[in-house]
Amino acid sequence: MKATLMNPKQIIAARVAKELKDGDVVNLGIGLPTMVPNYLPEDVSVILQSENGYVGLGPVEGEIDPDIVNAGGQPAGIIEGGAFFDSLFSFELIRGGHVDVTVLGGLEVDAEGNLANWMIPGKMVPGMGGAMDLVTGAKKVIVAMEHTAKNGAPKILEQCRLPLTGKGVVDVIITELAVFRLTEEGLVLDELQEGVSLEMVREKTEASFQVNENIF
Amino acid sequence: MQKLMTMEEVPSILNDGMTIMAGGFMGVGTPEKLVSAILEANLKDLTLIANDTAFVETGVGPLVVNRRLKKVITSHIGTNPETGRQMLSGELEVELVPQGTLAERIRAGGSGLGGVLTPTGVGTVVEEGKEKIVVDGREYLLEKPLRCEVALLKAFKADKAGNLVYHRSARNFNPLMALAADTVIVQVEHLVEIGEIDPDEVMTPGILVDKIVVAGGC
Repeated sequence: MKATLMNPKQIIAARVAKELKDGDVVNLGIGLPTMVPNYLPEDVSVILQSENGYVGLGPVEGEIDPDIVNAGGQPAGIIEGGAFFDSLFSFELIRGGHVDVTVLGGLEVDAEGNLANWMIPGKMVPGMGGAMDLVTGAKKVIVAMEHTAKNGAPKILEQCRLPLTGKGVVDVIITELAVFRLTEEGLVLDELQEGVSLEMVREKTEASFQVNENIF
Repeated sequence: MQKLMTMEEVPSILNDGMTIMAGGFMGVGTPEKLVSAILEANLKDLTLIANDTAFVETGVGPLVVNRRLKKVITSHIGTNPETGRQMLSGELEVELVPQGTLAERIRAGGSGLGGVLTPTGVGTVVEEGKEKIVVDGREYLLEKPLRCEVALLKAFKADKAGNLVYHRSARNFNPLMALAADTVIVQVEHLVEIGEIDPDEVMTPGILVDKIVVAGGC
């Protein structure tokens, strides 16, 4: 599949898929992250965990069962070998480090690995749901989001302005322009998406960052 | 002990101003017939503890829409715009709790614990007003137990002793809430005789269940 045929969300989802390893237990946030499995190579199979209480989340097979929904409340299925459990156990898995990767959207991310994605004061207060537990407990936290807001404003900031979902929790940021990693040295630009220049990324990123020299 | 009761008898164990819990995740696993009973009985000023406020017409959503609540303790209100509207206008008090923390607080309430220590919410607005405790160099929030007067559960199957089996992802918060209430009412789709549920399959033991209301499939 050529990148030129893909829209930003598809580019992001396809790149996130490369971060997942065969056998990983993965929790996907609603929206863009749910596109990630479409881009997994054939030799990589992951097990999806759903906050509402199961592993083995899959598409609806045959008739819809009203008692099987995903974490967004939409009809879903369970694959062979999956298992249901209660909400307590579901979050023991999440908080206890038994989920290898969580992929979430973001409103803002900053150079210290802080993430804000659960509310905009006075405008949108949906609640944090399971997001705060996921970013606290998952072994690897990937923020998958478009590089800038709809009005062009940067979303990768020196410091988040919105209320945080988690402090210092982000490991990887994947946008349609680039891949950043949070390291001990701070925020590092680790990869440019096809056809993207360093200047373009600098222009659309508020946070200062280091550049992995191997990317050129 | 006779645990079976009719839907018409449900309001007799509920009062205005009570704190209730309701199982369910976005309406799945919520005893919607018990919710309807509350609406029909005109109960009001309830405090509701539930994972989310579901949608306008499903799950516990109608309790919000019909203004039966004075407070809700929950992790997510985004799918029911009426909750957010009432919160912003000051008509409804909303305490937002991370979902895993909500589960643990209910567990604590039901299992004799004084609270739980969780790293979830450290460094966010969730930590405001809470005691922070450092264990082996890591910060945790002390999250206090939640209990209620009446828990409204939904199960797929019960025997007449109240042993419960849940179906698929409709289990969610139901088993936790069975431990954290003074009185537990369960709406079940199928009622069977004692002995017909294999003890290995029981998900919530009947000793926790006070009242069973049969309400067919949904």
